[in-house]
Amino acid sequence: MRYIDPHIHMVSRTTDDYSRMALAGCAAITEPAFWAGFDRSSPQGFHDYYRQLTETEPARAAQYGIRHHCWLCVNPKEAEDIGFAREVMSIIPEFMDRSNVLGIGEIGLNKNSRNELVILEEHLALAKNMKQLVLVHTPHLEDKLKGTRLIMDAVANAGLEPDRVLIDHVEEHTVSEVLDRGFWAGMTLYPETKCTPQRAVDILETYGTERIWMNSAGDWGPSDPLAVPKAQVEMRRRGHTEQMIRTVTWDNPKTFLSRSPRFNVEDD
Amino acid sequence: MNREQVADAYFLEHRAKLLDLAAFLDRIDRADHDGSAEDFRLIVFRSCISKLIDGEGDRARRILDELSDHTTEPIEAAPMKGAIGAPPPA
Ligand SMILES: [Zn+2]
Repeated sequence: MRYIDPHIHMVSRTTDDYSRMALAGCAAITEPAFWAGFDRSSPQGFHDYYRQLTETEPARAAQYGIRHHCWLCVNPKEAEDIGFAREVMSIIPEFMDRSNVLGIGEIGLNKNSRNELVILEEHLALAKNMKQLVLVHTPHLEDKLKGTRLIMDAVANAGLEPDRVLIDHVEEHTVSEVLDRGFWAGMTLYPETKCTPQRAVDILETYGTERIWMNSAGDWGPSDPLAVPKAQVEMRRRGHTEQMIRTVTWDNPKTFLSRSPRFNVEDD
Repeated sequence: MNREQVADAYFLEHRAKLLDLAAFLDRIDRADHDGSAEDFRLIVFRSCISKLIDGEGDRARRILDELSDHTTEPIEAAPMKGAIGAPPPA
């Protein structure tokens, strides 16, 4: 079955991964701008990264028949230095018109600090002004619950429509608040430390399949670029219908992402 | 899946995870400890384990809730990039 992986960091993955993803049925991916495992030393470092996201990766993906799209921002892990973050943000508009850019992301919070929140609010204002979709990173572990609530309040204060905002990395303690407030929710499947494919399917069984998707968030750390097809297998193992599998791994991401006219992936 | 089918599908995997948990607790007991206050992570860990057998449902959500920072104001400055896994005592 074809699938969309709506959150994966292909700049950190090998071309073999593109090949294996294509074999597993991947038709399209979206790649949010994030932390590279180290802090860039200059805005020029981000300029090069945005070129990689808008030029290099779409070409690499196309060799395997995979549509590549991206999101641009300064990620929250590099937002503690407000002056630096603002300098980087000033170069984002020149990339927003590129043909594979879907919106602003992954913005959000990491340690729930004041400066992170300031830069989040400035990104939300940018998204509102430029009428862009938003993809949100929520903090991990003990910081997630608090951060998710601060982020949802910031989105509401910015006047953005919740159904144009995807809140990612939800888990059992955040998913219902995210959905109840009208946002889209993303579950990130990690082989270690966070949500497993089994738990993600438990969450679908408990909270339903409306406005929710699954992604691998594959990056340079322990992660699995085939996490989404593995979750499809897990759903099938439990006897869920092919329609339900298609809803969460194809129809839902397609519905949300198609709010950007730049996302066009045809059904079978 | 009925209950027996769930057990068929997952019992061995979670039996192994149960033994990992048991061995981890034994490892803590064997480790040197100077008698100072117990590590806050281990206190909350034991408390979370008690939720596994308290007969209530919704265990994953309730454990995540216990492992979460419940303050509501942003902190002054990020002290690091990573997270510990449990909120340090106030
Ligand atoms: Zn990410």
